[in-house]
Amino acid sequence: MSTTFDSPPLTNDADLRTKRRQLTIAIAGNPNAGKTSLFNALTGLRQKVANYPGVTVERKEGIWALEGGRTARLIDLPGLYSLDASSIDERIARDVLMGRARGLPAPDAIIAVVDATNLARNLYLITQLLEYEPPVVIALTMVDMAERRGIDIDVQRLRDLLGVPVVPVVAPQRRGLNELSRAVSEAARHGATKRVQWRLSEQAEREIAALCGDGEAGPAARRRVMEELYGEELPPDQNRRALILAARQRLQAHDPNWWQEPLLARYRFIERIIAEVERTKEAKRDLTMAIDSVITHRFFGPLILAAIMLLVFQTIFAWARVPMDLIDGAFGALAQAVHAYLPPGLFTDLLADGIVAGVGSVLVFLPQITLLFLFITLLEDSGYMARAAFIMDRLMRGVGLHGKAFVPLLSSFACAIPGIMATRTIENQKDRLATILIAPFMSCSARLPVYTLMIAAFFSDRRIFGFLSVGALLIMAMYLLGITVAVCVAWVLKRTILRGPTPPLVMELPPYRLPNPLTILQTIWSRAWLFVRRAGTVILAISIILWALANFPRVAPEGDRAQTVADRSAVESEQLKHSFAGRLGHLIEPVIAPLGFDWQMGIGLISSFAARETLVSTLSIVYNVGREADSSSPSLIEAIRKARRPDGRPAWTPLTAISMMVFFVLACQCMSTVAVVRRETNSWRWPIFMVLYMTALAYAAAFITYQGGRLLGFG
Amino acid sequence: MESRSALTVEAATDSTDPMRRGLRSLAELPIGFSARIVAVNGASHIARRLMEMGFVPGAPVSVVRQAPFGDPLEVRVRSCHLAVRRAEARTIVVGDPQSFIG
Repeated sequence: MSTTFDSPPLTNDADLRTKRRQLTIAIAGNPNAGKTSLFNALTGLRQKVANYPGVTVERKEGIWALEGGRTARLIDLPGLYSLDASSIDERIARDVLMGRARGLPAPDAIIAVVDATNLARNLYLITQLLEYEPPVVIALTMVDMAERRGIDIDVQRLRDLLGVPVVPVVAPQRRGLNELSRAVSEAARHGATKRVQWRLSEQAEREIAALCGDGEAGPAARRRVMEELYGEELPPDQNRRALILAARQRLQAHDPNWWQEPLLARYRFIERIIAEVERTKEAKRDLTMAIDSVITHRFFGPLILAAIMLLVFQTIFAWARVPMDLIDGAFGALAQAVHAYLPPGLFTDLLADGIVAGVGSVLVFLPQITLLFLFITLLEDSGYMARAAFIMDRLMRGVGLHGKAFVPLLSSFACAIPGIMATRTIENQKDRLATILIAPFMSCSARLPVYTLMIAAFFSDRRIFGFLSVGALLIMAMYLLGITVAVCVAWVLKRTILRGPTPPLVMELPPYRLPNPLTILQTIWSRAWLFVRRAGTVILAISIILWALANFPRVAPEGDRAQTVADRSAVESEQLKHSFAGRLGHLIEPVIAPLGFDWQMGIGLISSFAARETLVSTLSIVYNVGREADSSSPSLIEAIRKARRPDGRPAWTPLTAISMMVFFVLACQCMSTVAVVRRETNSWRWPIFMVLYMTALAYAAAFITYQGGRLLGFG
Repeated sequence: MESRSALTVEAATDSTDPMRRGLRSLAELPIGFSARIVAVNGASHIARRLMEMGFVPGAPVSVVRQAPFGDPLEVRVRSCHLAVRRAEARTIVVGDPQSFIG
C-alpha cells in the first residue's frame, strides 16, 4: 500500500485493544457489482480458496495490508442479492455476518460493494446489512461507468442518509483504496453503527411484540423474531415453531402477501434515498443494448453461440494436445530416468510407475483446465455467459436443467473435470448436482484412444456406400449414445432423487464489460492450484494403490530383472497375471463374460477405472507387447487380433469391440472425475452414487449390445 | 398495504378480461412497452426472489425482447436488465402500458 499517508497516532484505548489481533473484514455485494476485482486489488495474490465446512459454497479469503502497517483477514462472501437465507450462499453469508460460521470470528467490519449504475437494487442488500451488528463501509464501484451513462450520485448525501461511510473506488486503477482502508480501520475501531429498523403495519408490529416477550426487547431480539417470522426456515424448537406458525396464519388471514411487508418497507426507504441522491441526465442509448440486439438475436444469437462453443471445443480438444503431450512426454522421460539411474527394485518401480506416473496423470489435465477456465472467465466476466444461458434456457429446461448447465456440459466433451468445476455458476444445488452427475456421459478426450484402438483393430478400412467410414460413424454413434443417455438420466434424476420445485429463472443480464486481465489470471491461478492440490492428493493415492495391485504379490525375486526389452515385457506380463489385479481379472471374468470380455480385458477394465486411456497401456502389458505401445501401434493391434481364448476362439470380435466401446461411453472410469465430484459436492455420497449408477448403466448397455448382437447373428 | 391487496384480488379475479382497468401480467405486456408494477403474486420463494431483484410495486418495467427460442423474456426494471421465464412473468401484475421504448 502507499506510505504517503501518516498512520493515525495509536493512543486510543480501543485501538490498542484491536491492535493486538488481526482484524477480520468481510466483503459482501451483489453478483456483478465489482466485488471480485476489489477483493483482488486489496489482497493481490495473497488469497486462498476453501469450502465452508459441510457445504459446496466456496470461501475465498486473503490478507489485506491496511494503512499503518496492520493487516486484516479479508473474507469474500458469495455474491448475493439478499440475506433472506433462501439459498445456501445467503445462509452462509448471514452466518458469517453473525459470527456463526465455524472457524470464523464475527467480522469487525463489512465492506459492502455497491454498483453505482444500479444503486436501487444494490441498496437492498445494504438495508439488510444495516440490520446486523458489524459496522458497514460502502465501497461505491462503477462510478466512472455511471458518469458515462449520465447518472450523477451525491456521495455526501448518500453517506448522511445511510449513516455509514461511502468510499468511491475504481479497483483496477487502485483509486480510493487508501480511503477505503482508513474508513474500514476507523469503522472497526468504533464498532457498531446505528442499526436500522423497519416500522411495519399495526398487525405485524403486534405479532412481533408478542413474540419478543416481555424480558427481551431491543434490536437484537427484534431482529431474531423478524428472521423467525419472515424467514424461510422455522426455529427448531417445537413450541416456538407453533407460536410462529400461528402468528403467520393470523397475518396471512389479514393480507395474503403479508410476508412482503419488510421487503416493501426496505424499498420505501431506498426509494426515499434514491430520490435525494440520484440524478439521471438524458440516458444515452447504451452499448449493451446495441450489442444484445445482435448477440441475443432470434437468428444470429444461436449462431454466434455455436461459433463460440466451437472455438472453445476446438481449443480444449485439439490445441491443448500440444502442452498435454509435452507434460506426458516429460513425465514419461522422468519415469525412464528413474528406472535408468536408480538401482532396479521395488522402490524404483514405485517411484517411477506409481508416483511419477500418478503425478503425471494429474498434471496432464492442467492445460485443458487452464484453457477452459480462461474461456469461462472471459465469457463470465464480459457478461456473455448470462446471454448463453438466456438463449439456451428454453432447450435445457426441456430435460429439467437450467440454461446455465449448457456450458459445463459442452466443455465436458473435452474433459469432465473442468466441466464439473464450471457448474459453480449454477446457483440451484439440485440443478447443479444433476448437471455434475450427467457431465461424465459426454464423451471426453480420454475415451478417444480406446475408440481409436477398437476401430483400428476391427473396422479400419470398412466403408458404407463406398465413402462413409464405419470408424467415423461408430465414433459419432458413441458421442450420440452419451448425449442420449445423459438427457434421459437428467430427466429421471429431476423427477426422482433431485425432484424439487422448478427454481425460478431470475437472472441478471449484466452490462458488457472488458474483463480485467488481473482478475482473469487470478481466477485461473486459483482454479489450477486448487485442482492440483485437492484432486492431486486423491489421484496420487489411488495411483499408488493401483500400482501395488498390479505388482503384488511378486512372481520373481527382486533384483532378478531381465535385461532385454523382450524379456522385460515378458516378466511384466507374467507379473501382471499373478498380481492382485490379474487375480481380480480372473475373479470378475464370470461377471463380464456376458459382455463378451475375458479375464485379460478384465484387467484392462479394472485399471481403466483409474483413467480410461489406461486400457491401452494395460492391454499392451497383458498382450506382452511392452507398455510403450500406443493406440495406433501395429504390434498391439496384431496382438489383439491374434489373442485367443482357452478354447481357441478369437478373444476379440468386432462385436466385443463395440461392446467395449459402449461400456467406455457410459462407465464412470476416471478417478480424477470422482475426486473432483467429491471436492465439488463435499461428500463421498455423490461420487459413489455416480460410479455405481454409471457403471450399472454401462454394464446393462454392453450386455444388451453383446447379447443382442449375438442373437442377431453377429460375433 | 390495503390498496395493494385490493388490486391483487382484482387482478386475480379478472381473468376473463385481463385488459379491464388496464391490469395484466408482465407476460402479456407487448415487447417494447413499459408499465408500472402493481403487485407480485405467486409462491413466496419465487416472489421473494423477484422482489429482491427489483420487481416491486411501483417500479417501472418494460419487456425488451424474448429469447431466440421464445422463452425467457428480457425485462428491464429500473436500469437493470433481467431474464425471467414467462411462468414467473405471469405472477407479476402490471398497470397500463405507458410508452413505447423502441
